[in-house]
Order: sequence, then C-alpha cells, then structure tokens
Amino acid sequence: MKTNSWFREKILLGQDFKDYIAGLLTPWNLIVGIILILGIYALGYRILFGFGPATNLTNEYPWGLWKTLNILAEIPLSAPGLAIGTAVYLFKVKDYKMFARPAVLASLLGYVFGVLTLIFDLGRYDRVLYPFVLFWGLESVLFLTAWHFFLYILICFVEWFPAFFEWVGAERARNLFAKLGVWATALGVIITGGHQAALGALFLIIPTKLHPLWYSSLLPVFFLVSAVFAGIAVFIVQATITYKVYRNQLVNFNYKEFHRRLLSLSKILVVVLVAYLLLKLLDLAHYNKWKYLFTPYGYWYLVELIGFVVIPIITLIIGIKAKWVKWVQLSAFWVILGLILNRFNVGLIAYRWYIPLSQKYWPTWMEVAFSLSMITWAIVVYKFIIKRMPILKH
Amino acid sequence: MNRREFLNKILKVTGLTVYHPYVAKEESVPFRSTGNSVNRKVWEIYKKRKETVSQKLEDTYAILVDLNKCIGCRRCEWACNEWNKNPNKPIKEFEKSRFEKNSVFNEIRRTTAGQFTVVNRFFDEKTGKPVYVKIQCMHCLDPACVSACFVGAFTKTPEGAVIYNPDACVGCRYCLIACPFDIPAYEYFDPFTPQVTKCTMCFDRIVEGEVPACVAICSADALKFGKRKELLELAHKIIEDNPDKYVPYVYGEHDFGGTNWLYISPVPFEKLGFPMGYNETPAKFTRNFLFAVKVLEILAAPPLVYLAYKSLSDKSKTGGKNEDK
Repeated sequence: MKTNSWFREKILLGQDFKDYIAGLLTPWNLIVGIILILGIYALGYRILFGFGPATNLTNEYPWGLWKTLNILAEIPLSAPGLAIGTAVYLFKVKDYKMFARPAVLASLLGYVFGVLTLIFDLGRYDRVLYPFVLFWGLESVLFLTAWHFFLYILICFVEWFPAFFEWVGAERARNLFAKLGVWATALGVIITGGHQAALGALFLIIPTKLHPLWYSSLLPVFFLVSAVFAGIAVFIVQATITYKVYRNQLVNFNYKEFHRRLLSLSKILVVVLVAYLLLKLLDLAHYNKWKYLFTPYGYWYLVELIGFVVIPIITLIIGIKAKWVKWVQLSAFWVILGLILNRFNVGLIAYRWYIPLSQKYWPTWMEVAFSLSMITWAIVVYKFIIKRMPILKH
Repeated sequence: MNRREFLNKILKVTGLTVYHPYVAKEESVPFRSTGNSVNRKVWEIYKKRKETVSQKLEDTYAILVDLNKCIGCRRCEWACNEWNKNPNKPIKEFEKSRFEKNSVFNEIRRTTAGQFTVVNRFFDEKTGKPVYVKIQCMHCLDPACVSACFVGAFTKTPEGAVIYNPDACVGCRYCLIACPFDIPAYEYFDPFTPQVTKCTMCFDRIVEGEVPACVAICSADALKFGKRKELLELAHKIIEDNPDKYVPYVYGEHDFGGTNWLYISPVPFEKLGFPMGYNETPAKFTRNFLFAVKVLEILAAPPLVYLAYKSLSDKSKTGGKNEDK
C-alpha cells in the first residue's frame, strides 16, 4: 500500500491512475502519440528488414538524416548544459543559477536520445560496445567522439542526480552528487569541447568530397564555436517555453528579473556569433575561396552565412538595445535554425556536391519518423521530469 | 523464399510499405544481399600468417593499369565476381557490353556490395576514342579507411592489401565517407549481419604466389602485377618511351599518399573521374586534429581543476551544501 501511495504521489502527481490517463488525452498528446507510434514502427521495420528497405542510405550517402539531424545537429543543440553549467558551477555566475538545472536536464536528454538514434544507425547495433571494450581504433576521430559521448552522458547524469535524489528524498546522495557535480562540470568542459570539435573534425578526412566553401581546416573550430552559440540560443528558447508552460509551478516568479537575465545571456550569444562570423571570413580570405561564392553552392553558402549568422546578429543587437525580449527570443530561435542548416550543409548538401542532384540523398518517411520520434521522446521525458522533480524551483 | 522475403511480401500485400526509389533501383540488380564470405576468409588467412610468416617484406605488391591497353571487355569484373563468390552472370554478358548501344557503359558506375570492381567508359576528347577505366580499391599506402575506422576493422597488410575484419565492424560506415575513391560498399539489404565489402587485392591468391583474379584473366595486357617499386619504374619507362601516347603522370605514385594500384593513361586523369590535388593521405588531417585536441585538453585541465577546487572550497566556507539551492 505504501509503495502504491508513493507511486501516486511521485509519478501520478497525486492523481488516480484512471484520472491521470484521462488527463493525458489531449489533442496535443494525440499528435505526440502518433509521432511516437510511427517512430516505433520505423524502428521495427529497420531492425527487421535492414537499411535497404527502411532508408534511402546508399553507398553514395552512407550517412543520412539520423546522423545529420540526431547527432550533427542535436548534439550542439544539447550544449546548454555546457554553456550554463560552466558559468554557474565553475565561474559562479549567480545570475544564471536558476537556469542551471533545466539546462543540464536538456543536455542529458539531448545526448541520451541522440545516442539512442545513433545506435540504430549502426549496421550492427548489437556491437555498439565494441569500441569501448574489444576493439580500439585509436586513430579515428569517431573513436574519440564515441568515448566522449559516453563520458559526457555519465557527466550529465552526475550533474542531474542532485535534482533526482532531492526528488527521491535521499539527502546524503544528493549532497554527494552536488559536490561531484562541480568536478563533473570541470571534466565536462574538456569532454564537450573535445567532441563538439570532433564532430566537425570527422569531415577533415574528405578534402575532395566536401565542397571547398564548407571544407576547411577550421571545421573543428567552427563546430565548437557554433555549439557554444547554439547552446546559448537553445537555452534562451528552452527557458522561454519552459517558464511559460510551467508558470503555475513558480510562485513569486519575477518575470522582469527573468527577462533581464535572458537579455544578458543574449549579449553573450551576440559575442560568440560575431566571433564565429569573423572566423568564417578569415576562412574565406585565408584559403581564398571568394571565387566559389558566385556559383549555386556559393549562393547557398551566403544564405547560410548572411541569413542565419549576420541577420541574427543584427536583430539581436537591436533587440538588446531596445530591450525587446520577444525579438531576442525569436532571434535565438533563428540561430538554432541556422545551426541545423549548417550541419545539414556539411553532412548532406555540400557532401559530394559534384554528383547530380538526382542522385542526392532524400530521407524516407521512416527515417523522418524515427528521427522526429526520438526528438519527441526527449521532449516527453523532459516534461515528465520537469513536472515532478525540483528542476525549475530549486 | 527466405524469411525476409516472406515478411517483405506480407508488408507489401498489406500496403505497409511505400514506394521507395532506391529499392526499385536495387531490385533491377538481380541480387540484394550478397552474403559476402571472402572478407572473413581473407581475414583468417591474415591472422594465421601474422603468427607464422615473417612480416618483413622488402616491398609491397602492386598492380599497374595501362589505360591505353584496356579494351573494355569487362572480363576482370567476371573473374572478380567468380573468385570472390559474388553474384555473377555468364562471361558472355560482360564481354558483349562494349559492342552494345545500351549497355552498362552508358552510365558511370561505382563499386557496390556485390561488385568489387567495375569498368567505366570515358571518351578521349581529342581522338573520340573510348578509354576504359577499371576501378576497385586502390589499396592506399596510408589508407583513410584504416585511419577512420573506430574499431580498427581495416588493416594494411605487409603485402600491400587493405583488408577488413567482419568480426570487428560495427557498421558505422565512416569508411565509406572517408575513402577518397568511394570504394567501400555496404550491404544495406542485409538486416542482421551487414558487412563492408571491397576488393581485397585477392589477398587469398597473392599469399599463395598467384596474381589477383582480374590480372590473371586480362588478355589485353592492361594489368600487370608485381612489386610496387618495379612497377613504378616500368610505368615511368613506358611513359618515357611513348610520350605521345601517355600523359606524363603515374596516378597512385603520390596521390593520397600513394596507392598500390597505379595507372597510366592517354587522357589527363581529372577527365577520368580520378580525384586529384592531394599528395598526402587525408588521414593526416584527422591525425593532426587528434593531436591538437589532446594538447588543448591538457592545457584546459589544470585551470579547470583549479576552478572546481576553488568553487568547492568557497562553498564550504560560506556554509557549504545549501549553496547549491
């Protein structure tokens, strides 16, 4: 009986099982449910029949949507934990303290579900532990990436455990992990820096296969710097949505103060974006790539660089000056889209740019369904935890 | 009908699959899963030799392709399929391609899971004559695939062949990305035990003192097997003796760090689909990165440890654990 009541309190939020389930039947949840079911179907199909029937992966395009969206894009978008966590736990920036836990939780879920997608993108998912146990390809960037993913997920768990144990009511474990969390954050800076850069470095090995506008010896730096601004941008958007949806959890929540902090965060966002832009210009000048700008791929490159880096810099500066929080939030969202576009350009569009468009990769509906369902899972679990554990109000 | 086909049929009948352009494309090929067995065979031989045979060889083996001599009979494709137990067709069907209007030569093909080598046709812009180019794994001296593989499933043998261990491969397909020649192929239609497949330089033949299957069958004298140094000398000599027939370039001597397949040609190589412009292995770039990362991680560690230490000691001074709240 006791466990039952614990279950009711903690998991069902004090409701009856029936009431709880009934409460879940909303139109919004119906859409979520459909995406999840389609995703499970796609996964089952991929497992039973293989890549061939389930995906459009070919020898020309061995990496498709799952690697591009759920790893190349999702991992930098899961960087809020790094950006905010470091500021709060290592540099003691008190202003952002209230943001630390939601940011860490977002990172944890982004990585866990990104890696889960990656596992089923392996031809032999049953051997996923090989690089950790049996076979070490020490010269591979992917080896570094795999290990860093693994370590960083552990780090995220350690950083998240204080909230978890607070919820369970284990005071001593909570305090232990609160202390360990500081060390984990310090290690996390190294680990994330390493693998965010490594995701770009994966493509260093294909100088002839990636379009010269995107191929650069600075690729790892671009990926790292863009992960930092993406982390901040995601956090601005995530906080905006979270603190709006869960208003009722927050008594005496000071929105003025919250907006002031968002604005100060977006100042950092602008600084990092400008640094990124300057690096991109250096890359163009140093390797003398100007001549490629006036080709179809060059125009596309300009869309990415001007549309999704220069324009958000301008709108952010205007927004910060005028203290228009909405502008800043929308610009942050725009920055996120820009990051996704950049990863798609490197991973798919500019990769083997010389083959005719008709041979280019296009995902099947099953690839789209599985990709989206894994992102949806991350959001569902985020909501589940936010509603129960002391993440927002601690 | 095996289980997979059966399940496939059921899903098709019940309308659970949608139109799929690549399936349609692959189905025009008479096979789907190739059931590659040569990977494992070659790897076993390599493992045994590693223990028993002295690994020091003076020079690696190589093959010199003379594009002036290739007549496009595609018998090398047939012999390759035959030896490696890949899906095959009667040799006549290969031989007649070059006389047909609508043949495989109408498009540029690449290696796939069931074809470790293919012959493509280009045209000499000056003379209008066809130039046939056989492609297969180039067996680089310092291969990108070996460097890229995060479980070390590829090995460059002392004989020169780059071979693959199917028992280590996790199926990440980074080798397909990394290869500058786009040679490794994946068994996408094998759901449970897919492998990466590619030419093994007939490792199982050369360790027995035989020449690779494609070299053995070539009656046009377009393929020569031997030691790499000797073949390089030969290639330069052929070019020197026939300056009007060859462009003065031995492809594979330095390209991408050098390869064990060498080509001489009447037509500039960039017109024949050969990637140009890099004389060092692309693995160099990722190696440099891995070194730089280590340096930066080491540089970052002490300040971070200091920050963490300071952060914790500040906490205990100001009354400790509730600081986090």
